[in-house]
Amino acid sequence: MMLNLFDQFMSPTLLGIPLMLLALSLPWVLYPKPLKRWLNNRTLTIQSWFINNFIKQIFLPMNTEGHKWAMLLTSLLIFLITLNLLGLLPYTFTPTTQLSLNMAFATPIWLTTVILGMRKQPTHSLGHLLPEGTPTLLIPILVVIETISLFIRPLALGVRLTANLTAGHLLIQLIASGAYFLFPLMPAVALLTSTLLFLLTLLEVAVAMIQAYVFVLLLSLYLQENI
Amino acid sequence: MADRPVPVVEKRLMDVKLGELGTWLGGRDFTPNGLISAVRRGHDRYYNKYINVKKGGIGGIAMLIVGYVAISYVWEYDHIKHDRWRKYH
Repeated sequence: MMLNLFDQFMSPTLLGIPLMLLALSLPWVLYPKPLKRWLNNRTLTIQSWFINNFIKQIFLPMNTEGHKWAMLLTSLLIFLITLNLLGLLPYTFTPTTQLSLNMAFATPIWLTTVILGMRKQPTHSLGHLLPEGTPTLLIPILVVIETISLFIRPLALGVRLTANLTAGHLLIQLIASGAYFLFPLMPAVALLTSTLLFLLTLLEVAVAMIQAYVFVLLLSLYLQENI
Repeated sequence: MADRPVPVVEKRLMDVKLGELGTWLGGRDFTPNGLISAVRRGHDRYYNKYINVKKGGIGGIAMLIVGYVAISYVWEYDHIKHDRWRKYH
């Protein structure tokens, strides 16, 4: 019997060491460094191919100034994807379900883009507060709305990631418990629930990757506006 | 074959006799640098054996992941033991 559905999101500690530490340091182990050889092993080749494709995709529309951010955004993407995907394994802890972690990722990077934009080209960044072609009467209201939307961005980024992952994990737990308890009573219904569970797990794998990608993509878009 | 005498501390773990275990443990380097270099050496051994090979498969990473799942289970056991199916809780 689940005593509390949200217990899975508490960071457990063993001998005073939180599991969060292990979960956060695991991605470091899984990605080896490229060797000083012409041809690498298979794992490294796949890894380099993936990273190169991602960088091409995100940084092509950006001007050269923005390319300095490639390492930060790529490491962020790899970190988030690994954390999300590892959280789908049984008994593991997903640090990205904690709002504190996601806000800690979103707020500093967003703030950097805003401050950079304000310093280098203040007129241009302030110009983003007013979309082109608005009727003159609407200008004051629209500026206020756009400012609010600017300040909500880090909150939206953090909460989007947290909510998606938390909801996914909760759903998996609920449907799995449903299938488990229905099995002795009504096997046919339990079979349907198990199919639903399977499809949901596939969805969760996709969501894990997509959410990390969206996070980094939006940050790169904010960067493009301001740099 | 008579080997040259090696100081106890420098032997590998499998070569240390049971009685010498205490001396061996006492002489090991437990400073942060020492711990990090031990982790580094272990990592290099694993990497060069299972991942940095010409035709590596999924086994190298799969072992790491299964180990991670096992460690997470041990870590969360106190938490999970309340989820057992009992008639009376």
